[in-house]
Amino acid sequence: MTPNQPNNDLKSKLLADFRTSEERMNGASKSALHQIRREALNQFDRLGFPTVKHEEWKYTNVNSLVKEVFEFNASSEITLEDLALLESSRLDGNVLYFVNGRYQPQLSKIVSPTSQLSITTLADAVKTMPDLLNQYFAKYADYQDNAFTALNTAFAHEGVVIKVPANTVVEAPTILRFVSDARQVNVASQPRNLFIVDKNAEVKVAESFRTLGDQASFTNVVTEIVMAEDARMEYYKIQNESDMAYHIGTTQVYQQDRSHFYSATVTLDGGFIRNNLNIALDGSNCEAHMYGLYFPNGRQHIDNHTLVDHRKPNSHSNELYKGILEDRATGVFNGKIFVRQDAQKTNAYQSCKNVVLSNDATMNTKPQLEIFADDVKCSHGTTTGKLDEEALFYLRSRGIPKVEAQSLLMFAFAEDVIKKIKIDPLREQIERRIQAKLAR
Amino acid sequence: MLTISNLQASIGSKEILKGINLEVKAGEVHAIMGPNGSGKSTLASVLAGREDYDVTDGSVIFEGKDLLEMAPEERAAEGIFLAFQYPVEIPGVSTTNFLKTAMNEIRKYRGQESLDAVQFLKLMKEKMKLVNIDQSLLSRSLNEGFSGGEKKRNEIFQMAMLEPKLAILDETDSGLDIDALRIVAEGVNQLRSPERATIVVTHYQRLLDYIVPDYVHVLYKGRIVKSGPKELAFELEEKGYDWIKAEVETV
Ligand SMILES: Nc1ncnc2c1ncn2[C@@H]1O[C@H](COP(=O)(O)OP(=O)(O)O)[C@@H](O)[C@H]1O
Ligand SMILES: [Mg+2]
Repeated sequence: MTPNQPNNDLKSKLLADFRTSEERMNGASKSALHQIRREALNQFDRLGFPTVKHEEWKYTNVNSLVKEVFEFNASSEITLEDLALLESSRLDGNVLYFVNGRYQPQLSKIVSPTSQLSITTLADAVKTMPDLLNQYFAKYADYQDNAFTALNTAFAHEGVVIKVPANTVVEAPTILRFVSDARQVNVASQPRNLFIVDKNAEVKVAESFRTLGDQASFTNVVTEIVMAEDARMEYYKIQNESDMAYHIGTTQVYQQDRSHFYSATVTLDGGFIRNNLNIALDGSNCEAHMYGLYFPNGRQHIDNHTLVDHRKPNSHSNELYKGILEDRATGVFNGKIFVRQDAQKTNAYQSCKNVVLSNDATMNTKPQLEIFADDVKCSHGTTTGKLDEEALFYLRSRGIPKVEAQSLLMFAFAEDVIKKIKIDPLREQIERRIQAKLAR
Repeated sequence: MLTISNLQASIGSKEILKGINLEVKAGEVHAIMGPNGSGKSTLASVLAGREDYDVTDGSVIFEGKDLLEMAPEERAAEGIFLAFQYPVEIPGVSTTNFLKTAMNEIRKYRGQESLDAVQFLKLMKEKMKLVNIDQSLLSRSLNEGFSGGEKKRNEIFQMAMLEPKLAILDETDSGLDIDALRIVAEGVNQLRSPERATIVVTHYQRLLDYIVPDYVHVLYKGRIVKSGPKELAFELEEKGYDWIKAEVETV
């Protein structure tokens, strides 16, 4: 927050990296896109990494992240056999692999015809579709106040640009697999994605985050999603990272009239995670559904911040986040709902339910409703408690051993969210992983 | 089969069971009656292994084994079944789903092979008919949105599936209409055999028209204050509990 923070090694390194890369850009450094990067960098310089004094970062201390040394965009000799270790689900669809932030065409496959769906890496889009980027890139995700978004924007070189033309229903799901190969050194990457769903188009996209190896990794991802009138989208963010992984992510959604956004954020594992999901309902009769599940154990820290901004009348937002916390894990849920004066007849629901299995685990929840319209229906509720002892005794009295009975109850608790994942192989894989984590 | 000697149990500093003695032999049906708050459910819960209660004295021997040493799931595997007075709702867990796990865990404990899906389904169909319960109810979240009667029938269905040696029914009749009552009683009677025993906790004599007990006990203020043949139930029905209370107070 304050300029010239002492001891901020990562920050100085990043500022220096930026200048070095700029020198190598020659003419490209004059592009409109690069002007945005430069502006974002200056903003990052001004903001610095947030401290716990920052209201938005009160429970999520990035201090240890800032002290780590990472190699950004490290090269990786990853093979198909290495990937097999991750036991990812087999999806019939478009699969794009990024390893340490770099696109891996040899591991990826795109099956949807370009008439249905245009999938381009950001690196290519910079060359082939500058107009599109000028129109959309960094127009939604705020880099003025969020240091990590500013940082990502400054270093936005790799990622995916997806565009679905009007009136097109894309059946095949698209999954973006971001793998941190942390087998040799500490690695960092900053993927930047842009999804544009045109009028009355429909698409399903999942982002998956995984780690290989035991070294530290840092992923700072930003995804901007722009939905035109009547557009429909399913969006999944699945995190299954190592205990040494740091992940800061922002998904910024912009919705126009009658668009439907449907999302699930599932965090199975990851050392230190902050997810921001921000939705601007800038149209009437929109729907936004947000589901979330997080399951930290050990010393994992998982923070979900969501923001729904109802700007126009007659829209509906619905949110359900659930968490299971074990050991010394910490969780944060912060759910903001804004209903602006124009947004009459808004329906907004928010619920966050947590099961805390150990006395050493902590969950911080904070719903924040700011309502400026008078004719609205809003409700919110958070619960944090232990596993239902009555239910546990009931199951045990039928012959189910304690540990199995606990797993059964936790799985049932989680399933509320899991069943919201409509891509079958993805859901089944998540079910298996949760069962495995419960069985330990 | 079951020998309860001087069983005392409390919750916090509150004594609830103050020295229960009861002997149940294989093949017998025992009815336990008594006013509200006497400790009937507490007794049933302590037998099933609910951990909220502290057993402060006494012993419970079931088929030669110390029941109080066992976890609830071990008791179930040894053949104890409790039909709950207030069955809990468990969102997201269906009867079919947990009962299959339960049966196979019990079979594992007994060194028997697991039932496969087909065998389980066949058994389920058979027992469903017995208690006149619908498949759709069994695939729903346990007890969530069930009527009182449906909850109780589900308890009896589970009992029929698990075929316990000792079934303890805690006020399974309360809130049931006469048809449901008959179904429940039939479920219990089907299970009656020289190897099995049942403890029926009830408020009303009416269930005992259908499940005829060998013995009736009156539990009052944490003690069994009177025991007798099935006719004792008629007497209680007719005269209420006041005369028993009076008898106890004068002692
Ligand atoms: N979990 C509990 N906490 C506190 N008191 C209890 C609890 N369970 C039972 N009791 C008390 O113990 C006594 C016996 O209760 P209970 O066994 O339910 O009686 P019954 O089934 O005969 O009506 C009552 O006074 C009741 O309030
Ligand atoms: Mg009772």
